[in-house]
Amino acid sequence: MSTIQLNGSAHPYVAGTTVAELVTAMTGRVLLASGQAADGGRLGVAVARNSGIVPRSQWAATPLELHDELEIVTAVQGG
Amino acid sequence: MTETLTRNDALIIDGVALNSRLIMGTGGAPSLSGLGAALIASGTELTTVAMRRYSVDGTAGANTNLFGLLLENNIRVLPNTAGCFTAREAVMTAELAREALETDWIKLEVIADEHTLLPDALELVEATEQLVNRGFKVFAYTNDDPVLALRLEHLGAAAVMPLGAPIGTGLGILNPHNIELIVSRAGIPVVLDAGIGTASDAALAMELGCDAVLLATAVTRAQDPVLMAQAFKHAVIGGRLAAQGGRIPKRQHALASSAMDGRPDL
Repeated sequence: MSTIQLNGSAHPYVAGTTVAELVTAMTGRVLLASGQAADGGRLGVAVARNSGIVPRSQWAATPLELHDELEIVTAVQGG
Repeated sequence: MTETLTRNDALIIDGVALNSRLIMGTGGAPSLSGLGAALIASGTELTTVAMRRYSVDGTAGANTNLFGLLLENNIRVLPNTAGCFTAREAVMTAELAREALETDWIKLEVIADEHTLLPDALELVEATEQLVNRGFKVFAYTNDDPVLALRLEHLGAAAVMPLGAPIGTGLGILNPHNIELIVSRAGIPVVLDAGIGTASDAALAMELGCDAVLLATAVTRAQDPVLMAQAFKHAVIGGRLAAQGGRIPKRQHALASSAMDGRPDL
């Protein structure tokens, strides 16, 4: 099946989709090429792909690949 | 009045001045708005958060605004590595936190098991070394072990955070002597972390010479979190002043404060 793993669950894989597009789809925030939010606010999100960090500056240039395992994390209450 | 008392007594960590010596956690609060009110009441300028999966559904949706809440209130964020059992997990979590929150400060928490939530000393040392090498400012959550605390300092930790008692227990400071010993030998800030139950525990930590206190549950799960946050704010200031004021030595026998000479013959 053509899927990626996103935060532990299977999602359809769409060829050509970038990490940046995935982040926008999840957060509803439009991103600049730098990976910063276009609205000027702090995004507060980080992405790990196949157990490696994808720096936000690389999001737009990183296409998803079949069976990728992605973790998108943010700050929550704790500690 | 409290502002006057603390104006010239900022806590400096990594070159950053914190005018409140109360570091807050955010765990255990039933609502984000209630948490915000308690944080403001506490006067804190540094607050911990955990790193977890971004959730688009309602369950953790409210949490996605936590970072915004802290930014709005000019509270510096201190991400933690809560839930990590190994150095490898902790380093990865720290990297994610640095990327997401744009800070190289990290509260390093590497726990041994879920029953005690006590730090795993070996993994903690390993993770501290790796994170320091990667340029992080490590706030090391540690056992109340004076030897380990000094080791962490020598590895390059920015602050050591010995526990008063296990996380969430509210048992207070179980080994005050060890805390004093840690403080007496430390060249970096010592933050009493975990186990605080009520205001007097925080005051005691400061009286023992700690540079700051970190707590969460004692406020977030209190019956009135805002009132308790105020109590801790004053307790930390009171304890700090007492530590600087110099307590009287303890004595076995009473010592009259009124002179015996010149008493009338009654």
